[in-house]
Amino acid sequence: MTPYLVTPIVLPAATAALMLLLARGNLGLQRALSLISAAGLVALAVHFATHALPRAEALGDWPAPFGIILMADGLTVLMLGLVAGLAVVVLLHVLANGEDRQGAAFHPLFQFLLMGLNGAFLTGDAFTLFVFFEVLLISSYGLVVHGGGAARLGAGVRYVVTNLVGSTLFLIGLGVVYATTGGLNMADLAGKVASLPPGDHGLIRVAAVMLLMVFAIKAALVPLQVWLPATYAASPAVVAALFAVMTKVGAYAALRFGTLVFPDSAPAIGSLYSSLLLPAGLLTLAVGVVGMLGAAGINRVAAYAVIASSGTVFVALSAFTPQAIAAGLYYMVQSTLAVAALFLLADLVARKGGRSGVVAALFFAVAIAVAGMPPLSGFLGKLLILQARWEDAALVWPVVLTTSLVAMVALGRLGSDLFWNGATPERVAPATLIAPVLLLGALLVTTIHAAPIHDILTRIADSLHTPTAYLAAMEALR
Amino acid sequence: MEALVSAIIGLLTAAGVWLILRPRTFDVIVGLSFLSYAVNVFLFASGRLAPGLSPIIDPAAQGYTDPLPQALVLTAIVISFGMTAVLVIMALGSYLRTGSDSTDFGKPDDGPDTRDAP
Repeated sequence: MTPYLVTPIVLPAATAALMLLLARGNLGLQRALSLISAAGLVALAVHFATHALPRAEALGDWPAPFGIILMADGLTVLMLGLVAGLAVVVLLHVLANGEDRQGAAFHPLFQFLLMGLNGAFLTGDAFTLFVFFEVLLISSYGLVVHGGGAARLGAGVRYVVTNLVGSTLFLIGLGVVYATTGGLNMADLAGKVASLPPGDHGLIRVAAVMLLMVFAIKAALVPLQVWLPATYAASPAVVAALFAVMTKVGAYAALRFGTLVFPDSAPAIGSLYSSLLLPAGLLTLAVGVVGMLGAAGINRVAAYAVIASSGTVFVALSAFTPQAIAAGLYYMVQSTLAVAALFLLADLVARKGGRSGVVAALFFAVAIAVAGMPPLSGFLGKLLILQARWEDAALVWPVVLTTSLVAMVALGRLGSDLFWNGATPERVAPATLIAPVLLLGALLVTTIHAAPIHDILTRIADSLHTPTAYLAAMEALR
Repeated sequence: MEALVSAIIGLLTAAGVWLILRPRTFDVIVGLSFLSYAVNVFLFASGRLAPGLSPIIDPAAQGYTDPLPQALVLTAIVISFGMTAVLVIMALGSYLRTGSDSTDFGKPDDGPDTRDAP
């Protein structure tokens, strides 16, 4: 029996509801349910990955493009797997350090966040994408202020305001898209945008840029990155570790719209997305590493590392060639894991026993991955990106290489600050080491099995670049 | 009709943008509400303005107006209403805890806001 595509959305939603109804105040049961749900999501992602893709499903059996459809292709399943895997690791860390005791409703909010993320990756409808963005945002608002405190509340308010402005822009963009094309189904829009009369080209370009701005806010692209360092540094480190994947939602949406709805081949769009995203990506990368150099404390350095990672991903994606998309996806997976590990280490450092030799060794390994040094996969990812952007080498290579050096200096300084300050070594609780070690293990796997992983990602990138199978899956539901 | 609706959308947007650029949470919340009103009317108009026509199947109908934007607006209203409620609670909590209702991104160790209220 094949599970419905809607299962990865329903499972965390039902789990969260169950927790609120039956397990209020029973932390043990909440933890068990939370872990079962996250493990179930991993199993679902593996199941989808090993079966025929792309798959499409009409919700309520309404024919496309009028009803809402769910679509799962390689990219969707990759993101589902990344989120589910990271969720399991973060939950294991929460079990070890007891962060969920700091405030009510950590686990229900966590599950609703997973629901929003999965929904955003699965939906084939632009308006439903907006709805799932709101679902994941409203749970993230709760998680940012988890545990309370003045700094978190202050940062939380600014985070909410920024994202509400983003949501407003999203709605305006969708309104323009609907008024111009008469559709909101993403696969259906692909055909409609490609055949727009020249009189409507200006309008659809405005809509395309507005939607891109929304995704740029999510992905923290310069100049829309100001909200990120304050928010991620103030929120609990375990939450920030999961948020490492939230900037990737912006990258996912920009990639999906840039390849499917607003591709280079559409006469109305042309090279609009690539010409905007390349300078934005390079600037983001530069701002990210300069921020890492100037930031005080491991949390803020990790927050700026998220920005730098987002910038690097967009430097690759902005070419919109299969080779560059594959390189960008590879770097995205590895940098998400690396930055999440950095946040988990930030959590360890802040607790008793955090300055021990084991943590320092882990930090050293994670810093290598974040900075993109050999032998870990960050280096391979950057190499792939440099290769894929050979045509713009004069612009891309100096920025990527220089920023790697600056990131290395920043992380080196942070490491010596944290671990060579003459404090007496302490013993760390072994249980809290499990999650960072797991993430490091995942990074090792992406390094050792780089070739097969890259082959899979190249297939995904090819299917994104020429989305005939994706469009056919939607057509079958008409 | 078109001129009136577009003028209203423009006015609401202008008021909203001006207010969210102010550095106080109360102004920003009111500004966001104005913006969401503007967006709702804008979404409503994205299905073309057709006064007096029915959105649902009716044997006696002379013609139909596009029902989809009405459904979209309903969703947008519900979401923006919920979000505003969350923001009000968080802004209130933040003001009571920090004594500051500034929405500027400042230094991480910002003390209480000592500026005079306008």
